[in-house]
Amino acid sequence: MQASSDIYGVMAEFPSPSALIEASKKAREAGYRKMDAYSPFPIEEVSEEVAPGDTGVPRIVLICGLTGAATGFITQAMSQFVDYPLIIGGRPNNITNWAAMIPMTFEFGILFSAFGAVFGMLALNGLPTLYHPTFNAPRFERASQDAFFLCIESTDPLFDRAQTSQFLRSLNPLQVSEVTH
Amino acid sequence: MAQAQSIRPQSQPDTGDTYLLPGETYSSITSVIGDVPLTPPMKTPKGWIFGFAVSVALLMVFLVSVTWLLIRGVGIWGINIPVGWGMDIINFVWWIGIGHAGTLISAILLLLNQGWRNSINRFAEAMTLFAVACAGQYPILHLGRPWLFYWLTPYPNTHGLWPNFRSALDWDVFAISTYATVSLLFWIVGLIPDFATLRDRATNPLVKRIYGVAALGWRGSALHWHRYEMASLLLAGLSTPLVVSVHSTISYDFAISQIPGWQVTVFPPYFVAGAVFAGFAMVLLLMIPVRTFYGFESYITVRHLDVMAKVMLATGMIVVYGYFMEVFGSLYSSSKYEQYLLYNRLHGPSAWAYYGLLFCNAVAIQPLWFRRVRQNIPALMIISTIVSIGMWLERYVIIVISLEREFLPSSWDRYIPTIWDWSLYLGTMGLFFTLTFLFIRVLPMINIFEIRMYLHQETERAHRREAALHGHGHDHGHDHAHGTASAD
Repeated sequence: MQASSDIYGVMAEFPSPSALIEASKKAREAGYRKMDAYSPFPIEEVSEEVAPGDTGVPRIVLICGLTGAATGFITQAMSQFVDYPLIIGGRPNNITNWAAMIPMTFEFGILFSAFGAVFGMLALNGLPTLYHPTFNAPRFERASQDAFFLCIESTDPLFDRAQTSQFLRSLNPLQVSEVTH
Repeated sequence: MAQAQSIRPQSQPDTGDTYLLPGETYSSITSVIGDVPLTPPMKTPKGWIFGFAVSVALLMVFLVSVTWLLIRGVGIWGINIPVGWGMDIINFVWWIGIGHAGTLISAILLLLNQGWRNSINRFAEAMTLFAVACAGQYPILHLGRPWLFYWLTPYPNTHGLWPNFRSALDWDVFAISTYATVSLLFWIVGLIPDFATLRDRATNPLVKRIYGVAALGWRGSALHWHRYEMASLLLAGLSTPLVVSVHSTISYDFAISQIPGWQVTVFPPYFVAGAVFAGFAMVLLLMIPVRTFYGFESYITVRHLDVMAKVMLATGMIVVYGYFMEVFGSLYSSSKYEQYLLYNRLHGPSAWAYYGLLFCNAVAIQPLWFRRVRQNIPALMIISTIVSIGMWLERYVIIVISLEREFLPSSWDRYIPTIWDWSLYLGTMGLFFTLTFLFIRVLPMINIFEIRMYLHQETERAHRREAALHGHGHDHGHDHAHGTASAD
């Protein structure tokens, strides 16, 4: 496998979203797992083939949301009831007055969850990144406009420079190229 | 429902029946929308320069008004005792209400899988951010010593003091700052793939580099899209209760107090509906000129204007229900203060505002029941302007009329806004339009990748319909039925 690790993978360009769906399906059937597709908009069927399973984002959001809500509630309760008790409007100054804390507890929960969703998604995606080998592929600048790519990576156990290229060529692509690191 | 319109193969005139005009391709969408921000500086349209110049002039009015306020204090405004909240709070509620339509379009319509929102969500979200930026000025400037605004936040300080977390005014601080932050995050996340498009299309190396940094290295990977879609869906799910909570919290500023006309349980839903109502009016007022000027009729069709008018009508009728409940509440309350409030609204010195509000928000929207009016652009412009004025009057009625007539007749007084009240209002419009003009110049004002995805979904839908018509499955051998149910 000396030859294979010299390159990042083999990339094929397809003319339409449905061709890309078809190709990713065939690649999965052929046993390839380490692959990725590149498209100018999300195509759910492609994600199902090349990246099946859990995204991991909802778990992060749940944890962040609960942390936020707890932070919000504890900040209010500690400051109002313990650190500097202040009687306002003759209302009870203890935990039985929890209802007044709900609006801000909610806002804190939402705020932390939103940070979790955005930064969690970016972190799981490995973004921001300054460089990625796929940008070396010919015509790859069209992947953000109107072109559809499928890349089988050299880390896949079934990857073989010649055979994988041959396989991708059999899927009727517009072009097939090797992607250098 | 209506979004199941097909993309017809040959060119068709805009009859108000489609959400995306035929003949569009992924490339045409990308170049038409994406090339606006990439226009070289020397080729900036004259109309933009003119509009921007006017906006910046108004922004200067804002700076002058704020400077004078900082020098002289809030006494330069028309506020007094008993009317301690005047145009500052009216305009605060008005601006923040306008912002809510953006979140409704970006979050709630995403959850409801309304594909037509893709054409207008970016613009509406930008409007949200800029409106919140304007709204945020008022409570801070109204503090009297605005430079001490950070006293509202819980921070360790040598006084050993904490803010009063049981006050609706402090809830406001957190509701609005959370709202502004989450809206900004949502907006920026939506921009990342479009920044990648601009990076790949830019020819000027500096421009390419700027958009490249903003794109964070986005490469359209299916793995990334998968998480991205999940994050967007979650943000939409978080923003939906958030937007409802924000305007509810603002209504608590009034509703948990003891002033006649404020202590009404219908306030939270009535405020939220009013916010969406005013916001859609503003979206229409902004989108109609922009779509004509930049030739975006293919993406923002008459059909879009039609549905927006429908939302405006529906939320307007909820607001009218709120007016009825207010009248009912004061008659049924057996409280002479509440009953006097109604009398004062109808016959008091500021009765013009109440009648004006009934005309603008209840009567003027009725023509929207007719399709012909909803698809008539001048009529929509006129009605939207009237609604914007009407919603301003609503806040005037709620705030000023209640405060002018206190419990004790000896403390009754009139509220007369001064020139500085008006100049600050005009000035925040300057801030709003300056930001809007900058936005349409440097960022893609329609979400490009979502329009591409919408085109894909519509094409698939057309294929499926064709296959069903001919009575045989098409040769794809792939079931796309679940594809369109995904997050946008």
